[in-house]
Amino acid sequence: MPAMTMVQALNSAMDLMLARDPDVVIFGEDVGFYGGVFRVTEGLQKKHGDQRVFDAPIAEGGMLAVAVGMGAYGLRPVVEIQFADYIYPATDQLISEAARLRYRSGGEFWAPITVRAPCGGGIFGGQTHSQSVEAIFTHVCGLKTVIPSNPYDAKGLLISAIEDDDPVVFFEPKRLYHGPFDGHPERPAVPWTGHRQAEVPEGYYSVPLGKAALVREGAAVTVLAYGTMVHVALAAAEESGTDAEIIDLRTLLPLDLDTIVASVKKTGRCVVAHEATRTGGFGAELAALVQEHCFYHLEAPVVRVTGWDTPYPHALEWAYFPGPNRVADGIRRALEG
Amino acid sequence: MDTAIPVSEPSPPAASAAPDGGPPVLKLHIPAHHPAPDDPPDHSAVPRFPAGIVERPDIAVPAHVTHPLADKLIRALDDDGTAIGGWDPKLDPETLRRGLRAMMLTRAYDERMFRQQRQGKITFYMKCTGEEAIGVGQAFALAPDDMLFPTYRQQGLLIARGWPLLDMMCQCYSNPRDRLKGRQLPVLYSSKEASFFTISGNLGTQFPQAVGWAMASAYKGDRRIAAGWIGEGSTAEPDFHHALTFASVYRAPVILNVVNNQWAISSHQDIAGGEAATFAARAIGFGLACLRVDGNDFLAVYAATLWAAQRARANRGATLIELFTYRAAPHSTSDEPSRYRPEDEGLNWPYGDPIERLSRHLSVLGEWSAERQAQLDSEIVDEVREIGREAERHGTFDQGPHFSARTMFEDVFKEMPEHLRRQRQELGI
Ligand SMILES: Cc1ncc(C[n+]2csc(CCOP(=O)(O)OP(=O)(O)O)c2C)c(N)n1
Repeated sequence: MPAMTMVQALNSAMDLMLARDPDVVIFGEDVGFYGGVFRVTEGLQKKHGDQRVFDAPIAEGGMLAVAVGMGAYGLRPVVEIQFADYIYPATDQLISEAARLRYRSGGEFWAPITVRAPCGGGIFGGQTHSQSVEAIFTHVCGLKTVIPSNPYDAKGLLISAIEDDDPVVFFEPKRLYHGPFDGHPERPAVPWTGHRQAEVPEGYYSVPLGKAALVREGAAVTVLAYGTMVHVALAAAEESGTDAEIIDLRTLLPLDLDTIVASVKKTGRCVVAHEATRTGGFGAELAALVQEHCFYHLEAPVVRVTGWDTPYPHALEWAYFPGPNRVADGIRRALEG
Repeated sequence: MDTAIPVSEPSPPAASAAPDGGPPVLKLHIPAHHPAPDDPPDHSAVPRFPAGIVERPDIAVPAHVTHPLADKLIRALDDDGTAIGGWDPKLDPETLRRGLRAMMLTRAYDERMFRQQRQGKITFYMKCTGEEAIGVGQAFALAPDDMLFPTYRQQGLLIARGWPLLDMMCQCYSNPRDRLKGRQLPVLYSSKEASFFTISGNLGTQFPQAVGWAMASAYKGDRRIAAGWIGEGSTAEPDFHHALTFASVYRAPVILNVVNNQWAISSHQDIAGGEAATFAARAIGFGLACLRVDGNDFLAVYAATLWAAQRARANRGATLIELFTYRAAPHSTSDEPSRYRPEDEGLNWPYGDPIERLSRHLSVLGEWSAERQAQLDSEIVDEVREIGREAERHGTFDQGPHFSARTMFEDVFKEMPEHLRRQRQELGI
């Protein structure tokens, strides 16, 4: 099986879906001739033609609006937002329109749209190229939210997202595009080659939406993470020598509650880690669910390790980023608590 | 080049005959990407306008009188460096030399900072090469306290206003002299003192904000006007349309500048709607005055901006100016233009280079010489190098020092709320 980077795996998913389904179209800023600023759509226009893969004007709201119209006709648009930080102009079309089309039309119309957007920090992008905005969308009824942590999942989840008849917001941790990242910026960058989850079949397969992955078994504490923080949590568990069980949520909505509950009932302790700001973040939802479903099994308060409630500061990136030391500290607090 | 090639009406695409002999079937139009990187540069679609032929209307004319100008190009400097026609602002040689100097300083600053990124001393940089006449010429035509709402490609505005390069460099280094405390990407400057609004990374947002500032200035009976800038690519954002609507409704004293440098990263201006109409023509439906200007012609840029400023100051409302130019540099240090356009496309830009053109004009006037040009060149290189070394002594991005992590929690609010205080404690500082 070939080793793929996350960029190649995502590209392969779109390539396959373009070939399998003539209703799939892909557009976004710079995605056509250039192949996207992160090169995720490289070669797709050349192979499938500019009627199917094309550049969009710089208008995120316009992109989502035409995607809704295309979906109403019966197409299956895949829209790239250049950075998750630039999804805000599209939120009205996403939140008020795409997400509610099925409901308000009594099931007559729906929006089979996939919105892809690179998210997260770790590349010194400053406050407008680093945000993790997933909680804005998990708060909206009618949207599915996906965040892969490795090439294998990225491809399989993107295929499921494109095939899904409801709108899916698909965030790609840009720091993971070319290799796993354990949150130690001082260490040399590691490529995906050799990583177990970088072995990606060239052909079609899917990873279902709503299924978490158990990435490390343990008995002492459960760590719930997604995206880049899965790798950071693994590093934190290794470095602190704790018997932590780590769950990669993969999909935030629908959420695999069964896997979470089973794990927390076993360990009795829970740490929630995300890069996004804390207040009203998805960690708050996870903590609430764990409390509702595992209250009598909990031996300590649920601990949240998150980005701070400030914009992402350019030069203070590593003071902002919830790295392995902070996760390990969170694990310690959960164990002591 | 000084021959007018008429702008031809775009012909409607031919209807495709249906295979079954029925009525024609619909066809989706996708603007072609051209020329490809390995094709020869091709500017045949760029209309050629001679200098000096566009009449300069009185500043008090009704907006619709300016609307035919949307399909022309105001040029004052011809290809030989002679100033002709009603848009020659007749600036004195000393002002022209100051303009030349500020443009050259802008270019030299860009060159140095781009290299600093390549050397790993800063994380990111964006040049305005080929567009220097815009920032500099427009700053010269405005009053020093008129309020500017720029994009990341108008560093020339700050430099022309005499804002210290040292300050700009320290921002790029995110060092302890950075007035933005290391929080912003390089080039996203802010200077209230220079009446230069904090640059946003989100495209287009500043454009209607300029209108709001202008409305406030009118509300207060002030005399200052505002000016906003936006790239042609970003005119697709709704914020562009908000600006035009509010400027029209409230007759705001604002100048709305569209910098059409042909490219938005890898997308040609056609993708922003430039294939069907000029960007100046966007003003027509809103009933705003419009001008379309050769952005590489310092004199024309100055004269058009002055026209719009005088009109705004006379309570005649806003003007939309399209500045027609070419982005000679990569979009940013992260960009690879060789993947989407011919390498030498910029060298063949029919409207030349703004610095060379102004320098030639001064020579034609007998106010400049090759020796003086060479002397100024080396003087500017030395100046930028000296300031650069001083800035580096305050710290570089890679080596530090930086602001303390404590400061990360400041300025989110005026008073730090309790939850941020607690988070700061959690960080242990
Ligand atoms: C809302 C938003 N969408 C996308 C981007 C990413 N982006 C940054 S610059 C750019 C191209 C802008 O082109 P243009 O407006 O023509 O200005 P130019 O860079 O050519 O000066 C894009 C798409 C952004 N910064 N903000």
